[in-house]
Amino acid sequence: MKEIIFSGIGGQGVLVAGNIIADIAMEDDLNVSWYPSYGFEMRGGAANCELKMGEEDLQSPYCMEPEVLYTLSECAIDRFEERLKPGGVLLINSSVVSEDRTYRDDIKVIKVPATEIANECKNGRGTNIVMLGAMAAASDLFDLDHTRAGVKNYFAKKGKNNPKNDQCFDMGAECALAQL
Amino acid sequence: MAKKLMKGNEALAEACLRAGCRFFSGYPITPQTEILEYLCWRMDEVGGKCVQTESELAGVNMLFGAAAAGARALTTTSGPGFSLKQEGISYLCASDVPAVIVDVMRIGCGLGDIFMGQGDYWQLTRGGGHGDYRTIVLAPCSVQESVDIAYGAFDLAEKYRHPVIIATDATIGQMMEPVELPEMIEHDINKYDWAIKPRLEGEEQRAIWNRYWDWDWKDPSVGGHMYPEYVLKKYGEMEETEQRWESVQTEDAEIIIVAYGTSARVAKGAVARARAEGIKLGLIRPITLWPFPKKAFEELGDQVKAFLDVERNILGQMKDDVILADGNKHPVEFYGDYWDNSNEITIVEKVKEMLARY
Repeated sequence: MKEIIFSGIGGQGVLVAGNIIADIAMEDDLNVSWYPSYGFEMRGGAANCELKMGEEDLQSPYCMEPEVLYTLSECAIDRFEERLKPGGVLLINSSVVSEDRTYRDDIKVIKVPATEIANECKNGRGTNIVMLGAMAAASDLFDLDHTRAGVKNYFAKKGKNNPKNDQCFDMGAECALAQL
Repeated sequence: MAKKLMKGNEALAEACLRAGCRFFSGYPITPQTEILEYLCWRMDEVGGKCVQTESELAGVNMLFGAAAAGARALTTTSGPGFSLKQEGISYLCASDVPAVIVDVMRIGCGLGDIFMGQGDYWQLTRGGGHGDYRTIVLAPCSVQESVDIAYGAFDLAEKYRHPVIIATDATIGQMMEPVELPEMIEHDINKYDWAIKPRLEGEEQRAIWNRYWDWDWKDPSVGGHMYPEYVLKKYGEMEETEQRWESVQTEDAEIIIVAYGTSARVAKGAVARARAEGIKLGLIRPITLWPFPKKAFEELGDQVKAFLDVERNILGQMKDDVILADGNKHPVEFYGDYWDNSNEITIVEKVKEMLARY
């Protein structure tokens, strides 16, 4: 069983990022649960979701030992870093996190300037997709091609197709691969 | 059928439509609002009526009217709104009108908070309305079970001509899991001869009335007032035939957790962790909160040392029912989380601490 926490600020697409990975897991016939938690605000409040997936029956939807922590904001790191399993992967959006911040030394920290990359791709709302690329590259959840196809498939089901998402995804992956 | 990733609230709403529900009246409240939002557009597609009412009271009373006319009708809410619906539930019971009411539970009394909780067990199982009544209360623990229970709830309500309550919670309502949805059926609004409808000349009048006044005027030997015997039989039948539960590794369990809904899922995680350490822990998961599954306790062996009631509230609302179902033979303790997520590891610690004492 794999446990992942996605966290950021409402409006950044963290819940969608979790939803995309949950969708890939379901399409792969895995058991999966996606549990969201967010504040009262439509935008700007803390937002996160906890994902569990695996071949076995899943019980509690709450993550106990997440091995990947996907964050898009600094307060997400404040809140969840301590819960990450030793040896786990912490993905941070370095566009919005202070450079001199220190991290636990028993985890792998991948720094991705996701907001800048998304803007560079002229896909301002694609920060979450940049980070999904980085997550696919830095973790052993689903491989790069499978995850990229999953992103496409998720939006296709909603009747949407944004070619810039592929570019965001690949640049995020590239950035993470350079740090491994 | 292909599985679909759905939120518990939306999946439950869809299952009600597929069971032939064509009338919804309710008021938004977190963590239930997705049901109303979903039905606002989806009800149109299936040719039903979805009314966002001015209050919860209006919601339950419109439901009363629609159900009295034979429609499969639904209203949904959460704690504070469920309190407001109690009067209507009492009237539904008094008039023998079947309907489905959903309470997506949160935490705390008064306004409490919008977060995950199991705050309404007492109100669900004892009833917050006036008079002698009970309602069947079903508590799913997954998105799929929310679908399965909602799909069958209208049949169950009509079987007894009685409201059925589905009690989920903020976690089950808002989480997504893959689900398989059942086929769409249409319900015939004229299926039952008790349902009221406009009367044509010469037709017998139909009415929904206060059953308390059911009186046998013709045969004095019957003794007049028919209602007491009627309700005793009705609730007795429900208690005898509708108890539902799931037992997990209770055969050799020394400590047995009793938990429903999301708490039961966390408890299952605790059972797996405890078993991996050689601790004989089991679980009884009530699926009906009323009638409480007393039969699950009759099956247990002599090795049982104590029960642990696990809920997501502060006072341990289900504990008394565990004591009653056990016949007061064993100690019953309570474990409650109410702020942080329910935690399977601290449940196991509590079980170890109990085993040292019993």
